Formats: sequence, C-alpha cells, structure tokens
Amino acid sequence: MDILSNLALGFEVALSPMTLFLAVIGCFLGTIIGALPGLGPSNGVAILIPITFTMGLDATAALVLLTSVYYGAMYGGRISSILLNIPGDEPAMMTTLDGYPMAKNGRAGDALVISGVASFVGALLATIALALVAPFLARIAYKFGPAEYFALYALAFATLGGMASNNQAKSALASFIGLGIALIGIDNNSGFTRFTGGNLHLADGIDFLVAIVGLFAVSEVFFFIESHGKGSAVGVVLGKVTVPWREIWSTRWTMLRSSAVGFVAGVLPGAGASLGSFMTYMMEKSIAGKKGGFGTGVAKGVAAPEAGNNAAAGGALVPMLTLGVPGSGTTAVLLAVLMTLNITPGPTLFADRPEVVWGLIAALLIANFVLLAMNVPMVKVFVRILQVPPEILLPGVTMISFVGIYSLSGSYFDLLLMVGFGVMGYIFRKMDIPTVPVILGILLGYQMENNLRHAMTLSGGEWTYLLSSPISIGLWVAAALGFIAPMFLRRYLRKPQMVTD
Amino acid sequence: MIRSDRILGVVVVIVALVFITSAYNLPAGNLFDKLGPKAFPIIVAIGMIVSAAGLILRPDPEADWPEMPSLLSIGFATLVLIGYAYSLKPLGFLAPTAIAAAILSYQISPRPVPAVLTGIGLSVGLFVIFKYALGLGLFALPRSLMG
Repeated sequence: MDILSNLALGFEVALSPMTLFLAVIGCFLGTIIGALPGLGPSNGVAILIPITFTMGLDATAALVLLTSVYYGAMYGGRISSILLNIPGDEPAMMTTLDGYPMAKNGRAGDALVISGVASFVGALLATIALALVAPFLARIAYKFGPAEYFALYALAFATLGGMASNNQAKSALASFIGLGIALIGIDNNSGFTRFTGGNLHLADGIDFLVAIVGLFAVSEVFFFIESHGKGSAVGVVLGKVTVPWREIWSTRWTMLRSSAVGFVAGVLPGAGASLGSFMTYMMEKSIAGKKGGFGTGVAKGVAAPEAGNNAAAGGALVPMLTLGVPGSGTTAVLLAVLMTLNITPGPTLFADRPEVVWGLIAALLIANFVLLAMNVPMVKVFVRILQVPPEILLPGVTMISFVGIYSLSGSYFDLLLMVGFGVMGYIFRKMDIPTVPVILGILLGYQMENNLRHAMTLSGGEWTYLLSSPISIGLWVAAALGFIAPMFLRRYLRKPQMVTD
Repeated sequence: MIRSDRILGVVVVIVALVFITSAYNLPAGNLFDKLGPKAFPIIVAIGMIVSAAGLILRPDPEADWPEMPSLLSIGFATLVLIGYAYSLKPLGFLAPTAIAAAILSYQISPRPVPAVLTGIGLSVGLFVIFKYALGLGLFALPRSLMG
C-alpha cells in the first residue's frame, strides 16, 4: 500500500538520532510551554521560530522540533488547568471544569493520568487520520487554479474570523488590517514600492515573524503588568501518582468519540483546538446526562476535552499541509515556519518533498509516545516547573523574543516594530478584536493578491472568472456560511472567550 | 457616546483613506498583469472602511481598560522596551538585558531585590544559553570595550 511505503520513508527520516533528539526536546519544551499560564502553543512556537532558524536546522528538523512543541503544548495545557484552575493555554480551558474539582477532591494524580492518556489517544488517532486524509486532500488540491485559491483564502478568513470573535465586524477588521500590513513593501510583480511612507526599513515588507512574536508573546507581558501577576493562584497539592486503569477503561468511548469530533473540528479552517475541546465536552456532557455528574470532577469530563483538543491539533495540520491554509492560530505560526524555510505547502509539497511531509508525520507518531511517557510517569517534573513565578517568566519570555528577532535580522527597527505589535496585541485583545486573523492576513496577503492578479490576467480582467468553477463557487458559499453562521449559532453556543490557539 | 471601538474605527478609516490615495499613484495594470499593483490594496482598504464602519455604527460595550496607574506602567514598560531595542546593539547584551528584565520584573511584582536578581540572572543565564548552547552571535559588552 502507498501509505505504508510513505510511512516507511517517513520513519527513515524520523528515526535519525538528530530528529529523534529534536522531537524529545520539542516535546519537553512544549509541555512546559503548555503548562505555564501565559504561554500557549502559538506564542510558545512563535518565540522558538527565530531561534530555530539561527541554529541552522534544515526544513525537516525545524518542522519536527516545532510541531513537537505544538503537540507538547497541547498536552501540557491540562497540567495547570487541573492543578491551578488556570488553563495553561486556551484549548485547555474546558479541562478546568472537571479537572480542578477532581484535584480538589484529592484526586489530582488521577486527573493528570486520565487526561494524559486521553491526550495520547486523541493525538495518536488524529496523527493516523492525518496520514490517511492528507494525501487524498492533496490530490483534490491539484485541481485548484488561482481563482480557487483566492476563494480558499477567503474561506479561511471567513471561518477563522467568524469563530474568533463575538463581533463579525471586528474579525473582518482584523483580517483586513493583516492584509493591509502584508501589502507594505516592494510589490514583486511590478517592482513598485507601496505604502512605506519613504521608510527604507519597510521596503522589504514587514516580516511576519516580527508580527507574530509581537502580537502573541510581547503583548502577554503587558497583561501581566496590568494584573501584577495576580491570578497565579495557590495550587492543589499533588500526591502519589498511580494509574487508575479501570477508570481509564470506562472512558474509552468518550475518548474515541471526542477524538473523531475533535479531528473534524481541527480540519475545518478556523475552528481549531479550542472549539474542538468545547464541542467534545458539551457533547459528552449531554450524552452522560444529569447523572453523569459533569462539573463535579468526573473522569469523562477530563477525558473528553483533552482527547478533543489534541485530536483537533492534529486535524489542524491537514489544511495547513495540503492547502497552505492554516486551521488555527498555531498552525498559522507553523505555516510561517514553512514559508520562511522556502517550502510552499500545498499539493506539490506531497509530490516534491515527501521526506518533509512523511518525516513530519512519522516524527509526530513518535512524539506521541514520548509525550505519553513524559506526561504520565514524569508529570511531577512539570508540576515543579509550574512554580516559576510570572515575574521571572514574563521578563524571560520578552528577552527571548528580543534576542530571537534580533538574531534574525540584526536590526533595531524590527525590534521596534515588534514592540509596536506587542502594544497593538494588547489593545486588540482588550477590545475583543482577534489577533489571529491579523497574522493570517500578513501570512496570506501576498499569495492572495498574486492569485487574484493571476486569475484576472488569465481571464483578461473578467471578474466573473472568480466564480467560474464548481469548486470555487462551493468555497465562496462555504465562506459566506462560515462567516454568517456563527452569528446565529452564538445564541446557542456561548464560545469560550478569545480563541487564540 | 465615544467608545474605544469608535475611536479605532475612525483611525482605521483614516489609514484606509491614506492607503487609497497612495494606491492611486501606482500605475494601472497592463496586458501581463491585468490588475496591476493598485487594485488589491484598494479592495483591502474598502474592506477596512466597511468593517470599521461596523465598529463606528454598532460599537460593543466599552472594553475593560485598566486604571490610570496600570495604564501608566504599561506605557512605561513600552518605553523601556523601546529603549532596550535601541541599546541592544551599541551597549552589548548583558547590561541592557539586565536592566530591562529587572524593570519588567519589578512592574509585575514590586519587590526590588528579587527584581534585580531576576534581571541579572536572566541576563547572564540567557546569554550563556544563546551564546554557547545555541551559538548565536551576541556581544556581551559594548563593542568599543571589546576592541
């Protein structure tokens, strides 16, 4: 079978000592990043990107390291949810609902083990599904021309924006601001400089890494200054950790169902892991009914959101790898990694660089087992790291961001821009304007304009060409639905605030 | 009533108008590039204006802005970071990092001695990691002192 030979190729790449080493390091760092409140998968990966580049890793190695961090962060987020009642990152929010009560009942160890196993099941199944679905989707993507890609980008903005805020106008505004920022600099087609205001530093455009680190990492320090690090509540004591086998077995259907739903939520552009965990928790809660005792600290209430968000994390890689359209904030950051490495995600990636794709998938399969080992027997190590106070953590994160960006370009101007984006991130998040569409706009702006211009040149300036194929019509319809539907669903589905994963 | 949503909306509309005026000075498309460099920016700017109009006409309830002292300390932190950005190259890594990290640490938790220790610890620790473990080309001290 095709997939087996592909996987064999992948494992050949992934089983090199260097790649394995990076996967382990990535898992370790990722779990820490996920566990620490204030550092989530997107800002964690963001601050590591510049450092990865200056280390001179090749494409596969860099991708393996950063996706291991991504998976690790999804695992780690539950630790502070359970012990501190503070989600370590956005998708782990639902885990607080049953995890913390369980910990208060003196069962912190059980909650950590059950959620660790659920994370493993979700992530493993999602990685397998990724290996099955992605090549199939990549074949469809061959049929995409510039008009279809333009529609696809619109779909990504519409659904990501539709989900990300409680106010559609604000999501749209964020997307357009991102696109506007992407236009700054020299236009590659005509060679004209646009919107730089004569500033030479801006001629090369604004590096999306600067924007990502500023919006995600630097803005965080302002939040902690505002709150003076309060909210880092006293945690629950973790006793001896044992494995509650019977309880894990009792959640088997919950884990499987949640993995499937989470994966689908992840594949849909824009839905992401936060929605995955939200949907799975709600689903299991209604299946269990009133007798299920959801919210009082039951095993299923911990297993469902963790299987869901980890499966969604794997699912979100599908559109990112096959179409070059990220399904969530963190995959947007990973897309930035690919673009900086001069790798164009999309169908050709599967044909031209199979070692990158399959090496990544194989590395993720391995990473899952590493993460299971780290997150169940070794969980106490991470619990200790959680005790780093914010007044050391946040300055540290800021300084790492500065050094990372500085080492990329060596220019003080990029650092100033990064501070600017940090302030912008703070103001936007205060005003409930999602920052992920801004990133998406900066990332996709160039491609979006190029595809539009290609389409128009092909058609001789006929705008109806954009709607000339069934695929593009379908994508535009989906985009319209994805943007409008959340307005009506909002009455029934109270979204957790600020989706930033 | 003036809300921050409305203020932002007006600012965005002004920026979008600047965008449009600036785009009009760009050349029109030709046979090989039908749209040329000006069309897409104008589309984006119109999108900005439409969504900003949404904010101006139907603003959300006012955001939960912090009190004046917190705002001032966030402003001060911004200035510190700007100063840090300017000083990293001429003054080397160690001193600016220690000072900036100590100030940020103090702002999060106002205890002077731990803050100073945090600053020094982070500066030295990160320098060792970046320089020797990751091999980044950092300078510890002002280049003029290093010769």
